[in-house]
Amino acid sequence: MAETAERTATRKPSEMFPARELSSGAFLADREGLLGILFLAPAVLYIIGLVGIPFFLAIAFSLSDATIGDASLDIVGFRNFSRVIQTPQFRRALFDSFFFTIVAQFIVIVLANILAVVMSRDFRGKWLARTLIILPWATPISLGTIGWKWILDSKFSPIDWVLQQVGLLGGPDALLGPGRHLTYLGVEGLAVSSVILVHVWRILPLATVILMAGLTSIPRDILEQAQVDGAKFWRIHFQVSIPMILPIMSIALLFGLIFTFTDMVVTFILTRGGPVYYTQVLPLWAWFKGIDGGNLGEGAAIALFMFPVLLATAILILRSARRMEVT
Amino acid sequence: MGVVELRGLRKEFGEVKAVNGVDLSIQKGELVVILGPSGCGKTTLMRMVAGLELPTDGEVLIGDRNVTALPPRARDIAMVFQSYALYPHMTVFDNIAFPLKARKAPKEEMAQKVEWAAGILGIQRLLARKPRQLSGGERQRVALARALVKEPAVMLLDEPLSNLDAKLRVSARDELQQFQRNLGITTIFVTHDQIEAMGLGDRIAVMNAGKVRQVGDPQEIYDDPADTFVATFLGSPPMNLLERNGHLLGFRPESFLPLEVARGDREKVTFPFHLGRVENLGSDRLLYGTVEGAERNRTISKLPSTVEVSVEAGETYDFAVCRADLRYFDKESGLRKEPPPREGG
Ligand SMILES: Nc1ncnc2c1ncn2[C@@H]1O[C@H](COP(=O)(O)OP(=O)(O)OP(=O)(O)O)[C@@H](O)[C@H]1O
Ligand SMILES: [Mg+2]
Repeated sequence: MAETAERTATRKPSEMFPARELSSGAFLADREGLLGILFLAPAVLYIIGLVGIPFFLAIAFSLSDATIGDASLDIVGFRNFSRVIQTPQFRRALFDSFFFTIVAQFIVIVLANILAVVMSRDFRGKWLARTLIILPWATPISLGTIGWKWILDSKFSPIDWVLQQVGLLGGPDALLGPGRHLTYLGVEGLAVSSVILVHVWRILPLATVILMAGLTSIPRDILEQAQVDGAKFWRIHFQVSIPMILPIMSIALLFGLIFTFTDMVVTFILTRGGPVYYTQVLPLWAWFKGIDGGNLGEGAAIALFMFPVLLATAILILRSARRMEVT
Repeated sequence: MGVVELRGLRKEFGEVKAVNGVDLSIQKGELVVILGPSGCGKTTLMRMVAGLELPTDGEVLIGDRNVTALPPRARDIAMVFQSYALYPHMTVFDNIAFPLKARKAPKEEMAQKVEWAAGILGIQRLLARKPRQLSGGERQRVALARALVKEPAVMLLDEPLSNLDAKLRVSARDELQQFQRNLGITTIFVTHDQIEAMGLGDRIAVMNAGKVRQVGDPQEIYDDPADTFVATFLGSPPMNLLERNGHLLGFRPESFLPLEVARGDREKVTFPFHLGRVENLGSDRLLYGTVEGAERNRTISKLPSTVEVSVEAGETYDFAVCRADLRYFDKESGLRKEPPPREGG
């Protein structure tokens, strides 16, 4: 073994690679067109198989009267769409999808900014704090949501217990009322807040980490220059740091938008769209209609309402990615 | 008392003593150059004046106020970083206006001051551009303009010319000096380039290993170095150091001339100079050789091309230095000392 290595080392490169091999190797590597096709093929197949076909199938379903029992495609035009639009559940789901997404993202941006700034500082236990922040991201969303379902449970909620202990709940003249429980998931306002809370909890780690990475990439000179120029903390943050990480921040935001907008796990586990249908969202409603209720046509129609939003977001993501390349 | 007073300033980074006891007083309107080799603590010193670094020990006074514990914004200073540190997302106008915004200056005053500073530096037509659309020289001007609008008590410049190409550097140096003189801004200028230092400075503080070795005007530093470090750091080629009769003798290569050329009636000291090698630089000839009868004896002579003596490598000639141009240093400490009573060549 050692002997071979030594021999190889002392031989000239031309001896190691006989001329013919060298040229044929160079031949393949030189044909950029062919190589390009070879490298791109898996991605193209993947997109056709897992994105393209389902997408066109969804369009076909939405225009047909297909059900789970009878998947034959009899075209019925836009009947599914008009029927879907007329139900209050759908309108609520449409509204809630936007409402949850926008409110949750707004809160996430605010909190992520604060957290990222705090976490970029030097303090004891920084690494522990950072790990704790990233933890929700590492937990499967369904598992985390089940945890939240317990925390917000109508009988066993630890939040209620704490509130009772400090006297804010359950006493005759307690601030939050004499009842022993707030039933977070059973009242419209609280249920909506709860769903938003869980979405925030889920997206916050990603946003924080992206912002932290952005903040650490700002040259130290520039921040020090801002200090010398007389700016105080908030001015530096909002007029120097944030604009400099805006491209990366907008990508974090857009990813958060997509994750929240398309998510059905949180509402499914937490509320199943209830109480009544006050926390219904498009993906969950599409699932209830199309899969649970078996009406593939209407389910597909509901799901397709998400498409323009997702398309617009994707375009925005690509544009801000390009802006990052340019600057 | 000076506009800037540094007293016993020290900074340690763990084991490293980056700045090790600096006392310096800078007068109003003066341009002081801090000159020293790479890593001698110039930037660290500057950062302590700016308030970006907290001294381990010592005090910083600016305009009679002790600012040692104050943040940069409370110090009435402006600084230009080596990288210029322009805000990449702001236009040139907004870059220059930023210190005024931070001070919440009214809009008209802001526009007026930016105009004024841009006018002085000749960058009015660039105001709408972003920094990435500027050349290195233009960026440097923007950074200077941004420092200028603050009308600071002292302006700190950390190697502001080192990112420019050689030709631009000369003209930028000239402009910088003009502008500093005209406006009378007290300025500290950091560089490791001795030509820059000699050309610009009203006074030069030569630093080495965290300490200021000598402070003085350029001529003084050049002619009367306080120790062997300063003597050999300045000048190109640097001062010759010979060890002879237990003394360390120093003289500049351009004062070390063939005896027949070194006319005039000043008293001379003669050395037998064994010539090893000749380098012709066009404007000068550099003669490398050794002085016979001395211990540390590598010596260089710099002959201007106007001196038309022909010399051959391998030969020994009589070279002379005016006694007044000889400097004596202590052999152990390297410090300058008085000439011994009577010692001849
Ligand atoms: N933050 C720091 N931590 C540890 N050591 C440092 C730090 N900053 C500077 N030093 C050390 O202090 C010494 C002086 O550094 P400084 O940057 O002041 O040198 P300088 O004179 O500006 O050099 P140059 O001409 O190369 O810019 C160096 O040995 C450097 O390694
Ligand atoms: Mg430096």
